[in-house]
Amino acid sequence: MTDKTVDAHRIDPPSLAGTYNPRPYEPGTHPDLPPPGNTIGLQGWLRQNLFSSPLNTLATLVGLYLIWLTLPPLLSWAIFDADWRGSTAEDCSSDGACWVFIQTWFKQLMYGRYPDEELWRINLSYLIGAIGIGYLVIPDLPRKPWVGAFMLIVFPAIALELFTGGEFGLPAVETARWGGLFLTLVVASVGIVFSLPLGVLLALGRRSDMPIIRAISVAFIEFWRGVPLITVLFMASVMFPLFMPEGVNFDKLLRALFGVMLFASAYMAEVVRGGLQAIPKGQYEAAESLGLSYWKMMGLIILPQALKMVIPGIVNTFIGLFKDTTLVSIIGLFDLLGMAQAALTNPDWPGYAAESYVFAGLVFWVFCFAMSRYSQYLERKLHTGH
Amino acid sequence: MAETSDVASRRPPSPDAPPARPSRWNDPNFRALVFQGITLGGVILFAIFLVNNTMANLERQGIASGFGFLDDTAGFSIGTSLIPYQEENSYGRAFLVGLLNTLLVSVIGVVLATLMGFIVGVARLSKNWLISQIAMVYVEVIRNLPLLLQLFFWYFAVLRALPSPRDSIPLWESFFLNNRGFSVPRPLPEADFWLIPVALLVAIAASFLVARTAKRRQDLTGEQFPVLSANIGMIIGLPLLAAVLTGFPLHWEYPELRGFNFQGGITLIPELVSLVLALTIYTASFIAEIVRAGILSVSKGQTEAAYSVGLQPGLTLRKVIIPQALRVIIPPLTSQYLNLTKNSSLAAAIAYPDLVLIFAGITLNQTGQAVEVIGITMAVYLTISLSISFFMNVYNKRMALVER
Repeated sequence: MTDKTVDAHRIDPPSLAGTYNPRPYEPGTHPDLPPPGNTIGLQGWLRQNLFSSPLNTLATLVGLYLIWLTLPPLLSWAIFDADWRGSTAEDCSSDGACWVFIQTWFKQLMYGRYPDEELWRINLSYLIGAIGIGYLVIPDLPRKPWVGAFMLIVFPAIALELFTGGEFGLPAVETARWGGLFLTLVVASVGIVFSLPLGVLLALGRRSDMPIIRAISVAFIEFWRGVPLITVLFMASVMFPLFMPEGVNFDKLLRALFGVMLFASAYMAEVVRGGLQAIPKGQYEAAESLGLSYWKMMGLIILPQALKMVIPGIVNTFIGLFKDTTLVSIIGLFDLLGMAQAALTNPDWPGYAAESYVFAGLVFWVFCFAMSRYSQYLERKLHTGH
Repeated sequence: MAETSDVASRRPPSPDAPPARPSRWNDPNFRALVFQGITLGGVILFAIFLVNNTMANLERQGIASGFGFLDDTAGFSIGTSLIPYQEENSYGRAFLVGLLNTLLVSVIGVVLATLMGFIVGVARLSKNWLISQIAMVYVEVIRNLPLLLQLFFWYFAVLRALPSPRDSIPLWESFFLNNRGFSVPRPLPEADFWLIPVALLVAIAASFLVARTAKRRQDLTGEQFPVLSANIGMIIGLPLLAAVLTGFPLHWEYPELRGFNFQGGITLIPELVSLVLALTIYTASFIAEIVRAGILSVSKGQTEAAYSVGLQPGLTLRKVIIPQALRVIIPPLTSQYLNLTKNSSLAAAIAYPDLVLIFAGITLNQTGQAVEVIGITMAVYLTISLSISFFMNVYNKRMALVER
């Protein structure tokens, strides 16, 4: 009912002027009153969400106390009392954080000991990579499969050539000089790019009807999932050289990459298997009744549905892998965390552990948080249930 | 038309002629056999290749093989140990020390992370906006930071930066925090102390009995018995009664500052404290999300249905919500416990003497027997993982919804 129709039913007030009328409205015709003042607006919101009951009020007070305990000291340490300008440890005279430390070490934290005049090579690959990933992430752009194929096949080749050099007039840079965030990204990308196809193969093997293939896949997956990554990396660094014939020598980085790859593919396999199991049996039967071969059935019918279903799980595995790359610092590679750790041992800069870790943490956090938000977005977008 | 003639030409020429035998290659069973044979052969060949190379390499480098080294004298000291250990002891004993240290960290971590995770998970669902936001910030910050970084932060930036024992931070005058560790009072049981744990065990056994008889009686007669309050009363009351009767046979030895360090009490080394802190805080953020998802997975209709058949809110929670939420919570929760156990191996990075540091670190360096040492280390973790996932599968089978 609109206000006008309500008004039409009203008994005319002037005719009753001066007399007390207990019922100025016909029953059921009173216009809606505005809600009580304490249930709307800021006051209502506060009442509902923070002070609805004595217990709730107590919880709010405890929460405020927690914030008061942590936030002001943190802000004054990180921002208000911090030293932002300078070039040596003497410039850090206040009580707060010494961001001069990060400024001084910034290049090492980002690129390791990569030669200065060759840094453009890394930056160029970053640029190509950022454009490509950006294109893939933005929804509803045309020709995504081609861009995806470029990113998976052509781009790694270009990047590898740019990073290592040695041909096309580019001076060679040995992997021992790689480090910082650059190395972290290399390890994570290699792990991500190789673990997905390997994981799909393993998952198919585990779901296979052939007992020997299944047994091998199960053994492989359970083995790598059952041991901590750090022992895998130890194994990669001390046992791989023993496995190889005499004279064959792997680069230290390559060995670590191999370990990370095997480890990540086992986790990926379990995620993909979840998707395969969620596909109704009718889909398999329909594909078989059309006369599709095994690989056509998987490639055209089952995997597209299964992978789409587990995209959030795949992104979560990527996030885990990205965080786990920090472990390569234990076997002597200088990734972002390893570099942050190494900067602390410099005698000119004693006692800036907190700054170093907070900065490295911020970088990791931005990457992981962005990925997790993207996975949540995909989850919503791909959610076709009710 | 071309098509029809094509089809016609494929028909067997006459019904009398024997049908063309299909190629064996078109027999799925035969093909499966061939594929499996090729794969198995490849794997075996690859294994032989690796073993041969390894043998040759070991021989060339003059490294002994076999597990005889486990009886040799270790010759290194270990900072913290649950069992007596000296430098003269064998590598085998050192292995045991490392294993126990790993289990110690894991058990403490699992208990604390579960507690904290459930609190944060419930807080995230709180109707109180502030509390749920604080819980969300906690989860989003901690979950997206590498565990190793958090471990380094707690160890190098917090615990090692604490004041020396002389200026240590006291908590309630009996706990002391300094850069040598966390000193806590040590319980000293007296002669009659054994009565208290025995009373506790008796109470637990009796409470199971009470629960069973109460259930049987309710099934038979419909009469209810306040099982929960009776059992809580028994489990707290009996040990308390035992303690009162024996006159509280427990003393505390408080840590005291003597010279440069604390004497008496128990001192938890900073490596242990930071490892437990990092593992607990990190894993709790994942457990919180699992708990939240579990509670949200029970649809609102379940609560409404329970209310409509007249169940009280408390009973609804106990009999309707929690059993269904647990079904969703427990499998991922176990895998978090497994992750925590495996992540405890990061101890090696801050020199807490766990299995990986003692074995894959020191023992490997001293003996050079990489294959055996790494093999044993991996086998231990593999055993823990596989046995937990075995029990998990059994549990899952028991808990799975029985559908039509």
